[in-house]
Amino acid sequence: MSIETVDLTHVYMAGTPNALTAVDRVSLRMGDGEAVGIMGPTGSGKSTLVQHFNGLLRPTSGRVLVDGEDLWRADETHRRGRKADLRSIRRKVGLIFQFPEHQLFEETVYEDIAFGPRNLGLGEAETRERVADALSAVGLAGDAVEDISRRSPFSLSGGQMRRVAIAGVLAMQPGTLVLDEPTAGLDPRGRRGLLEALIRLRRERNLTLIVVSHNMEDLASLTERVLVLDRGRVVEEGPTRQVFSRLDVLRELGLDAPPVVSLMQGLAARGAEVRTDLLDPAEAAAEIERWMRSKGGDPDRVHA
Amino acid sequence: MSCAAAEKEIIEIDGLGHRYGAGTDYEVKALEDVDLRIVRGEFLVVIGPNGSGKSTLARHANGLLLPTEGRVLVDGMDTRDPNRLWDIRRTVGMVFQNPDNQIVATVVEEDIAFGPENLGVPTEEIRRRVDEAMALVDMGEFSRHAPHLLSGGQKQRVAIAGALAMRPRCLVLDEATAMLDPRGRQEVLRTVRRLNREEGLTVIHITHFMEEALEADRVVVMDRGRIVMDAPPGEVFGRAAELEDIGLAVPQVIEVRRHLSDRGLSVPSSVLTVEELVEHLCQSRR
Ligand SMILES: Nc1ncnc2c1ncn2[C@@H]1O[C@H](COP(=O)(O)OP(=O)(O)OP(=O)(O)O)[C@@H](O)[C@H]1O
Ligand SMILES: Nc1ncnc2c1ncn2[C@@H]1O[C@H](COP(=O)(O)OP(=O)(O)OP(=O)(O)O)[C@@H](O)[C@H]1O
Ligand SMILES: [Mg+2]
Ligand SMILES: [Mg+2]
Repeated sequence: MSIETVDLTHVYMAGTPNALTAVDRVSLRMGDGEAVGIMGPTGSGKSTLVQHFNGLLRPTSGRVLVDGEDLWRADETHRRGRKADLRSIRRKVGLIFQFPEHQLFEETVYEDIAFGPRNLGLGEAETRERVADALSAVGLAGDAVEDISRRSPFSLSGGQMRRVAIAGVLAMQPGTLVLDEPTAGLDPRGRRGLLEALIRLRRERNLTLIVVSHNMEDLASLTERVLVLDRGRVVEEGPTRQVFSRLDVLRELGLDAPPVVSLMQGLAARGAEVRTDLLDPAEAAAEIERWMRSKGGDPDRVHA
Repeated sequence: MSCAAAEKEIIEIDGLGHRYGAGTDYEVKALEDVDLRIVRGEFLVVIGPNGSGKSTLARHANGLLLPTEGRVLVDGMDTRDPNRLWDIRRTVGMVFQNPDNQIVATVVEEDIAFGPENLGVPTEEIRRRVDEAMALVDMGEFSRHAPHLLSGGQKQRVAIAGALAMRPRCLVLDEATAMLDPRGRQEVLRTVRRLNREEGLTVIHITHFMEEALEADRVVVMDRGRIVMDAPPGEVFGRAAELEDIGLAVPQVIEVRRHLSDRGLSVPSSVLTVEELVEHLCQSRR
């Protein structure tokens, strides 16, 4: 699926003294099967922007197109049919909110995740399968499941709640997944597991992925391209690694690269001839070894 | 000052157990046999997998939850004593994972003023504290905004400001910075670290960012309701395999350090940060 915005602007509380332009004339295009990251400082408009992708927010001006279809086309015939259209759009574009509490509502975890598949008209057997798959994708399978699935989602720990909220959207198997800070609150294993699950789903189902995150490691492993927002504008855009290697620009915006990038840049700043676009600790160590053992170095001293 | 205030420990936890829904079908044993002493002025970081009991433990530190086993003393006051609850709450300030649950007013500055007002702080002093707290988290510009209409990170900043304005002697941050951008996180932690050093604020910081644990005087690791490690950061992260076993990780710099030693380039275990590693490598190569 493709998502496109044309001069998208969103003003909160327009016409009041507190009017605030959260998204400012943003035009972008995400193609079918693409994985795109969105980053930017606190309050830069990331959540506002992505809530337009499935019609949760209506643009103040500008357009949003999903698979070429304008979500808010102004003609009369279209408006009459609009509600149904939005419902089908929300099936195609699954949105995971920044705070999981905002999307949990059923009495038990099982019911919460089953809600989507049932709504799609699936039978109980298939629903059960979907729920199980979704729980396993978020690392809640195994012994823990029996225990957790009949509990109230509001009695869970923060990280468990986030996993359930993600599972609820995965169970609908949307063609596009929009995730707003999906790994916040997950423990390191849960985080890695979710990233792997998303990468696998993308491969298996040609999922289009849009990921909002402050975590550059997440964006590095999930996305090919990132957009950087600042005060509602897209200020930087390009291949993920390329954008990450521009540490000066990122720091200016209050963002930062993963420690590995800072390490390599720190070495380079001290005159070391090392690559600065590496993100993985193992790759970084190999590169450092190469440099340490290169002419002019005395690797034996490292043991000192 | 009461004589309790002269004691070294601000929080003493002995044999603490907590069961949610005790006696029902849905009983969850969230804490078991937890012993923990937190000294005045300490900067403690708590890490642990999802569901390991960190938030449950935090809620015991100001009497929001009461022990089903064992006891918790705050400044010598037993959290089960209803007459002391008020004093306990003003001693230990809390910021939770989800800022929505902490919003109490419709305007940011009133939200931040709510705590000090409740403590009976005089009006001008409240004004001063609110302005200071808003400046500390860089939210002055939003003082007249509605807190529930802010972005995720902005809400977290307001929640932190609210806790700071109460001037507690102990501050519990339960993943309170999870939604902030990297600089925001650094700034908040730096502020808290400064209050810790200069004013002796005791800090309990719960986080999934292993890097943040490097800042701590002491790191407590939880797993399935128990404390499984309790040591300075260098020592905790030296036990990488055990951490990975329970689903945690080590900070990236330490991971690079391990890969280097696999390649025969060993780096001393005292090297924990990016700056230290850069320095060490440049020195070694010379
Ligand atoms: N419902 C709302 N009503 C009014 N203003 C809002 C509303 N939601 C967000 N804002 C404002 O719009 C701007 C953009 O907010 P948004 O939530 O899109 O930011 P964000 O980039 O997602 O930030 P964060 O990283 O903190 O989650 C902020 O200044 C925020 O205060
Ligand atoms: N209100 C509640 N009722 C029942 N069980 C609960 C409740 N709150 C938490 N639990 C359970 O208690 C255990 C510990 O939860 P807790 O919130 O303390 O974990 P945590 O370490 O903070 O996890 P996270 O990293 O996900 O925030 C979990 O199994 C959780 O499901
Ligand atoms: Mg947001
Ligand atoms: Mg928690």
